[in-house]
Amino acid sequence: MKLLKLVPDDTNIKFLKWRVPFYIVSVMLMILSWVAVFTMGLNYGVDFAGGQEVQLTFEQRDEAPIPQLRELVGGLGYGEPVVQEFGQPNQVSIRVPLPEGTEDTPGAATAIGDRVIAAISAEYPGVRKDGNDTVSGKVAGEFRTAALYALLAAMAAIAIYIWVRFEWQFGVGALFALVHDVSLTMGFFAITQLEFSLQIIAAILAIIGYSLNDTIVVYDRIRENLKKFRKMPLPELLDLSVNETLARTIMTSLTLLIALIPLLLFGPASLFGMVAAITLGIFVGTYSSIYMAAPILIWLGVTSTSFVPQEGKADQQEKIARGEA
Amino acid sequence: MLEFPRWRKIWLWGLTLVVMACAIPSFFSMAGVAWPEDLPEPTVNLGLDLAGGSHILLEAQPNQVAARRLENMEEDVRIALGNAEPQIRIGDVSTRDGRLSFMLDDASQIDRTREILTPLMNGQGLTREWELSVVDTNRVVLTPTQQAIDSAVSQAMDSATNVIRQRIDKLGTREPTIIRQADTRIVVQVPGLQDPEQLKQLVGQTAQLEFKLVDQDALPSDVAQGIAPPGSEIVPYAAGTPQEGTSIAVRRLGGIQGDNLTSAKAGVDPQTNENVVNIQFNQQGSQRFAQLTTQNVGKPFAMILDGKVLSAPNINEPITGGRAQIAGSFTPDSANALAISLSSGALPVDLSIVEERTVGPDLGADSIKAGLIAMGVGSLLVIALMIATYGRFGVYATCALVINVIMILGIMAVLNTTLTLPGIAGFVLTIGAAVDANVLINERIREERKRGRRVVTAVENGYREASRAIYDANITNFIAGVLLFLFGSGPIRGFAVVLIIGLFTSVFTGVTLTRMWVAAWLKAKRPREINI
Repeated sequence: MKLLKLVPDDTNIKFLKWRVPFYIVSVMLMILSWVAVFTMGLNYGVDFAGGQEVQLTFEQRDEAPIPQLRELVGGLGYGEPVVQEFGQPNQVSIRVPLPEGTEDTPGAATAIGDRVIAAISAEYPGVRKDGNDTVSGKVAGEFRTAALYALLAAMAAIAIYIWVRFEWQFGVGALFALVHDVSLTMGFFAITQLEFSLQIIAAILAIIGYSLNDTIVVYDRIRENLKKFRKMPLPELLDLSVNETLARTIMTSLTLLIALIPLLLFGPASLFGMVAAITLGIFVGTYSSIYMAAPILIWLGVTSTSFVPQEGKADQQEKIARGEA
Repeated sequence: MLEFPRWRKIWLWGLTLVVMACAIPSFFSMAGVAWPEDLPEPTVNLGLDLAGGSHILLEAQPNQVAARRLENMEEDVRIALGNAEPQIRIGDVSTRDGRLSFMLDDASQIDRTREILTPLMNGQGLTREWELSVVDTNRVVLTPTQQAIDSAVSQAMDSATNVIRQRIDKLGTREPTIIRQADTRIVVQVPGLQDPEQLKQLVGQTAQLEFKLVDQDALPSDVAQGIAPPGSEIVPYAAGTPQEGTSIAVRRLGGIQGDNLTSAKAGVDPQTNENVVNIQFNQQGSQRFAQLTTQNVGKPFAMILDGKVLSAPNINEPITGGRAQIAGSFTPDSANALAISLSSGALPVDLSIVEERTVGPDLGADSIKAGLIAMGVGSLLVIALMIATYGRFGVYATCALVINVIMILGIMAVLNTTLTLPGIAGFVLTIGAAVDANVLINERIREERKRGRRVVTAVENGYREASRAIYDANITNFIAGVLLFLFGSGPIRGFAVVLIIGLFTSVFTGVTLTRMWVAAWLKAKRPREINI
């Protein structure tokens, strides 16, 4: 049986030839992402913003009465609700933010939620309530800090581990690649205004995990080649390492994508945001391992002696004393 | 690398099969199997986001516990000093800033006051619960110690948890989970509950019932402005009553708390056809109720629930049997909820719902179904690609992947963890990691063969060289997973648990098991050429 080969043998693509333009574009994309996050803002779900979100199915209708619902819920005086289709055309999700000044009132979110549901049930008696989340301002604040700490702690710990296992330049490189991935994902959520919830944090963590995996595979090969080819110039050696691991990179990314795409297309609506983020992350993570994590090693001054046992200070002094240096 | 002694094979297969077996109860009913009772049955619980149900997070305001203690202390102090021989007269009583302070009419009684109050200031085991200080020779200030407040809050939370459990048990729902969380929170989870309205009514109601005399001397104009005469307080009428929006003045002290009840039942008053709750006091409560009603025939008294007046009827005759009827414009549902709440006892502290998540069973089932179909399709495609690319080695990888998934479920079952939607994202990531491990190994074997290595050497090198990157990647992800578990909240933890378990099983299946299989094949066939 002839086996499938996705990548031809002995590729020799000069990935690093365009490293400067790629870097400029990537850094600009990162900056643009943060500009988008700060100007357009993230569409925080109830987890992080507090308030109420309810999912409804209108079983007797083909389409949910979205404009009427918007007017009905908006008329309750809690501010503008977000009403959108959720999965099927006759399913909607309605999100009501916490009115200003109620962030510190513990029962406010639930009270609002009860009134919204009562109003909808009175207007549309046959509606099926599929889900209801209410989160108070304080709990939402705790979710925000917990998510932020979890992300920062995980990224810092990863960088330290790689620094210990490789060299400090590799730790910086891996961290930089992760910052790149997280930035672009945040930018994606700012631009698409997809709901940013706790699930998305889980997705970002999955992206970090995947991208890191990729970076380590490339780094591991660089380390191996640095020991093997002492005289090879670094850019050439990086290209060689990326090319040698290219088949694996493509194969792994592809398998993950074909596992994710059915989930994206046919999976539950409640998973859509999360799966979309992870799918994007596969592309971003693969790219960053090659174009962010590798070239930075050149600028951070990795040399072929990085993994050779260094002479200690005592050895050097001894040499000087003997007049050899 | 490829040597596997017999004992090692037995041990690896044994471990694999035992862990896989633990996943069985999660898929098939264990009815009819003689399972030892002390041993918890290993099952994976589905989170409420998948199974449907209600999750409610309740939070107490600790200040309220302190305020109530202060109020009780005031009453105790008044009684103790009033009963003293000769009586000690006090005035200008204040409970502001969390302290009880009052003035002695006669400053020379300070030492006797101190003596009388000492027993009140010590808690159980003679721990000091209040500090007494004297200001300006005749003002006594009692300050609660922080330790005493903390332990009072902790006790209040414990008993609140019990009360909540009793109330929910009376609802008859199946397997509710009620856990105290942090210092001032209680988590209530009821799987499969469709409509959480009644549940919310039950847990949200403090059910602090009080009977207090109406202060008839209060000027209506003062009451309307919220000004209470000395010794009285203004209490608003409850929502839904005919007098809603107005308030009355009641005497602060000398009332009866409604916690001395033996039963509370919802019913209908045959005369007025109104929904009511019939209560029966215990012996102590009956005596006090009889005393109160005998002394105040003809005067109105207010029935107050959680600081809101339900009704304020006149006492027509002394009530000595300990029976009373509470009327307050109830619906059948709210009368029933109040009856359940009253008979389980009042919450020692108000609880407010700070987070509520309800997932309808239909959505949960839809999510699982759609998720399973999509994962099934994805898995088949991955398997097809793996076999098409790596042939025999792809088959090994596929077997490892299937075992991996079952082992993750098995370990989750043993640890009784809960699978949630974010947990499924964790699954996707670990399966990705497992596939990647095999891709790394197989690509490396290909490479080694290309360099002209012999089959056995190529396989050995493939496993050795690839393992380094696999271990590094998995250890970093493990570190990240542990930190997520420590710092993260609910959904993030669900993700982290699956991730951590999955990292171990995917290295075990993807590296160790496949190596054992490949080694066995190489030893048996001794092929000179491999198709990879």
